[in-house]
Amino acid sequence: MATNDESKNVRKLQVKRFKPEENPEKHYLNQEKGLWAWMTTVDHKKIGLMYLGSITFFFFIAGVLALLLRTELLTPARSFMDADMYNQVFTLHGAIMIFFFLVPSVPTVLGNFILPLQLGAKDVAFPRLNLASYYIYVVGALFTLFAIFTGGIDTGWTFYTPYSSSAAGGNIMAMTFGIFILGFSSILTGVNFLVTIHKMRSPGITWNKLPLNLWGLYATSIIQILATPVLAITLLLLTMERMLSIGIFDPAIGGDPVLYQHFFWFYSHPAVYIMIVPGFGIISEVISTFSRKVIFGYWAIALSSLAIAFIGFLVWGHHMFTAGQSSLANMVFSFLTFLVGIPTGIKIFNWLATMYKGSIDLKTPMIYALVFLFLFTIGGFTGIMLGALAVDIHLHDTYYVVAHFHYVMMGGMVMAFLAGLHYWWPKMFGKMYSEFWAKITCAIIFIGFNMTFLPQFVMGSQGMPRRYFNYIDQFQSFHQFSTIGAYIMGVGFLIMAAYMIHSLVKGKPASSNPWGSRALEWQTSSPVPLHNFEHTPVIINGPYDYHKPMSEFQLGITASQHAHHADKPVDISTQEKEQA
Amino acid sequence: MLPPAKSTTAAETDALFHFITSTSLILLLGITIAIIYFAWKYRRRSEDDVTPVITHNSKLEITWSVIPLILVIIVFGWGLTGYMNLTTAPDDAYEIRVVGKSWLWEFHYDTGHVSVNELHVPVDRPVKLVMSSDDVIHSFYIPDFRVKMDVLPNRYTSLWFEATEVGESIVYCAEYCGTAHSNMLATTYVHSQEDFEMWLETAGSEDDDLDPVARGEQLVTRNACDTCHSTDGTRLQGPTFQGLFGSEREMDDGEIVVADENYIRESILEPNARITAGFQPVMPSYAGTLDDRQIDAIIEYIKTLD
Repeated sequence: MATNDESKNVRKLQVKRFKPEENPEKHYLNQEKGLWAWMTTVDHKKIGLMYLGSITFFFFIAGVLALLLRTELLTPARSFMDADMYNQVFTLHGAIMIFFFLVPSVPTVLGNFILPLQLGAKDVAFPRLNLASYYIYVVGALFTLFAIFTGGIDTGWTFYTPYSSSAAGGNIMAMTFGIFILGFSSILTGVNFLVTIHKMRSPGITWNKLPLNLWGLYATSIIQILATPVLAITLLLLTMERMLSIGIFDPAIGGDPVLYQHFFWFYSHPAVYIMIVPGFGIISEVISTFSRKVIFGYWAIALSSLAIAFIGFLVWGHHMFTAGQSSLANMVFSFLTFLVGIPTGIKIFNWLATMYKGSIDLKTPMIYALVFLFLFTIGGFTGIMLGALAVDIHLHDTYYVVAHFHYVMMGGMVMAFLAGLHYWWPKMFGKMYSEFWAKITCAIIFIGFNMTFLPQFVMGSQGMPRRYFNYIDQFQSFHQFSTIGAYIMGVGFLIMAAYMIHSLVKGKPASSNPWGSRALEWQTSSPVPLHNFEHTPVIINGPYDYHKPMSEFQLGITASQHAHHADKPVDISTQEKEQA
Repeated sequence: MLPPAKSTTAAETDALFHFITSTSLILLLGITIAIIYFAWKYRRRSEDDVTPVITHNSKLEITWSVIPLILVIIVFGWGLTGYMNLTTAPDDAYEIRVVGKSWLWEFHYDTGHVSVNELHVPVDRPVKLVMSSDDVIHSFYIPDFRVKMDVLPNRYTSLWFEATEVGESIVYCAEYCGTAHSNMLATTYVHSQEDFEMWLETAGSEDDDLDPVARGEQLVTRNACDTCHSTDGTRLQGPTFQGLFGSEREMDDGEIVVADENYIRESILEPNARITAGFQPVMPSYAGTLDDRQIDAIIEYIKTLD
C-alpha cells in the first residue's frame, strides 16, 4: 500500500510490545455482575456465551430425540412409540438440529466470541444489534417450543407441500413462524459480521493477513444475508396458503408442489454451506496452530470458501433429481454439484500440506480436526456418489442420503465445532479441561459415530428408504448396530458435559496462549478483558507466520497516540523499520 | 452392498456405483495414510521446533484441482448417460397407469383391470409406468430395478424398466407421505410372457366363484383396506372393522350414524363425506377401483366381524 507517495498518506506509528497479563483479576466474566447485566450486555463475548448455552440446550434436546428414534428402530413396527409419534420425533430432531443448532452454532458462538478478537476490535460493529439477534433467536425458539407442546409437527424438517399445506397434523403454523423469526437473527448476525470485518480491522490487518477463520465467517455471512430471505418468503407463502387458502403450492387449489421444493432448496442448500463453511475456518486455525507452521495455500483456502459460497447457490436442484424436473435441469444441476466438490477437495489437500514438515502436537482440538478431515472426506465422496445422476435415482431418499449428510453435518461441522470449542475454551473461560478425558471422549464419539452411520450407507445402498417407521426384516441387524453406535455417542457427549463442567469449576488456570498460537486472539489475557485489548493492536505479520518471533505479534500503538487517529492509513513497512 | 440387479439398466448404474466407491476408497486411504503418517513423522519433539516456511505451491494446487476435476467430469458424463437411458423409454414399452394414494399403490392395466399393491409385469419386455398421485407426493421405488420417480398430484411422471428375470421385487414409497408411509409397499410380480397374458385375462375374476364373505375377505387384503382398518379391534389410522356393522357411530360434527350398507358403501366411494370422530380425513376414494359386486362382498365380509 502507498509505496509511491509515502509522504502524503503515510503516518508513522509509535508501537511497542504489550505482553498479555497472565490470569488477570478483572476480566469480562467478573467485571459486570448479576443476571440483569448479562441479559442486557452488548459485549460480544457474553452474547457468544449466551448463544453457547442456548445451542447446547437445543443440541441436547435434539440429541435425545435422535436416541428415541434409534431406540424405536431397534425392532420393525412398533417398539414403544406409534407411527405418528415417530414421525413427529424425526421431524423435530431434524428441524431443531438444523435451525436451532447447526445454522447458528459456529457463527453465533465461536464467531461472536472470536471475530472481534481476531480483528483486534473492542466489539462487533453493531453491539446492540448483536444483542437483538440473540433475543430474536430466543423468540423464534420459544415459538418452536410452543409448537412442540401444542401438537408438534410431522412434516419432516423440509415441510414439503402439499403434505404440509393440507394433510399434516399438528401446529405447523407456530413452527414455521418460529423459523421465520429465527431467519432474522441469522441475517442480522451476517450483516454485523460483514461490516465488522470490513470496518473494524486493527491497523495492519490487510485482506491477506485476515485469519482464515474470518474468511470462513465472511463467506458464511454473505450466504446468510442472500439466502435466508428466500426461506422467509417461502414460509410466508406457505402460511398464506394454509391460512388464506391462496393456491401457491397445493395442487388442490391450483398450486404447484414442485415450486415449493425449488424455493425451499434455494435456501436450504446454501444453508448447508452456512453450516459447514465456518467449520472450514476453524479447521484452518487449528491445523496451523498445532502444526506450528505457516498455513499452506492461504489464498487457495480463502478463495475456495468464497467459491463454495457462490457455487453453493446454484446447485439446489440436486435435491430434486427424482422430483420430475426436466432432464436438462438435472444435467446442469448435476454438473454444478460436481464443481462445488473441487474447492472442497482443494481445502482438504491444503490442510494436509500444512501438516507436512510441521511440528504436530496432538492436543484435543487437533485430534478433532483430524477426525474432521477423515469423516468430512467420506461425506464429500458420498456426495459425489449422490451427484451422479443414474446412481442418485437409486439412492435418492434412502438411508444412503441420511448417512451422507450426517457425515457432512456431524462428522464435518460438529467435529469442527468441537475442535473450535476445545481450542478456544481456555480463552473463553481461562480454564483448562482435562486433556486425558477429552481425548478418551473424542475416541468414544469417533467410534460411536462410525458405528451409527456406516451401516446406514449399506442399508441405503440396499434400498432402505428414509423416514420409515416400519421396515422389512432384512435391515434389522443394521438398524440395531446403528442404534448401539448412537448410544455410545450419547455416552461420549455426557462425558464431555462432565469434564467441561469440571473444568469450569475446578479446571487449572489457562495461560494467555496455551497452544503457542500466533493469532491475535491469543495475544490478550485469558479470560479476555472486558474490552478485549488494553491497547490498539498493530499487525505486521500474517496470523500463521510461525517463523517470526512471538514478540512481533504483541505490538500495539503506544499510549500517547492511542486510537484518535486510527482512521488514517498506516504504512506497515515504516513500522517494521521502527521495530528493527 | 447393492440388491440383486434385475433390470436391463441396473448393471450400468451398479458399474458407476462401484467405480465411485472404489475410487473414493483409494483416495480416502491415501488421505488417511497421509494424516496418520504426518501426525507421527512430524510429531512435536520439542517446544523449540522450527518449521519450514512453505506458503504455497502453484504446481501442486493445479495438480490437486485438475485431477479431481477430470475424475468428476468422468463421473458426471457416466451418470448422465445412465440417466438418459433411465428416462428414455423404448417406444414399444407396455404401459401401465400407476396411482399413488395415501397409503396404497393402484395399477391400472389396458384391460381395465385394477390391482392394488400388486404390480404384474412381463419379463424381457420394457414396461412404462405413467404415474400420478391423488393426494400428496409419493415416490415409486423398486430397488431391484434401480428405478425411482416421484409421483405428484398435479401432473404425470413416468419411469420404465425391463425386468430380466421372473420373480418378485419389493416396491417402496420413498417420499415421506404421513402416518403409514412406511407401510406403503407393493410387490412387483415378474411373469413370463405367457403367464403374464394369462394373468391379465383372468385377473379380477379369480375370486368370482367364491362365496361373498370369502371374496370380501380377499378384497380387503388385496385392496390394502387392512393397512388402515384392522379386523381384530386394533386402532390403526382408520376405525376397525370389528363390530362395525350395525353399530352407532359418532361423526366429527356430532352426527350419530348407524353403520348400515349405505354408510359403508358411501365410506368406500366417498370416504371424506363423513368422518368418524377422532379420525383424520385421509382415506382415498375407491370409486373406479371397486365395482358394485365387490363392494357387496366387502360389506358381507364386514357383517361377519362381530
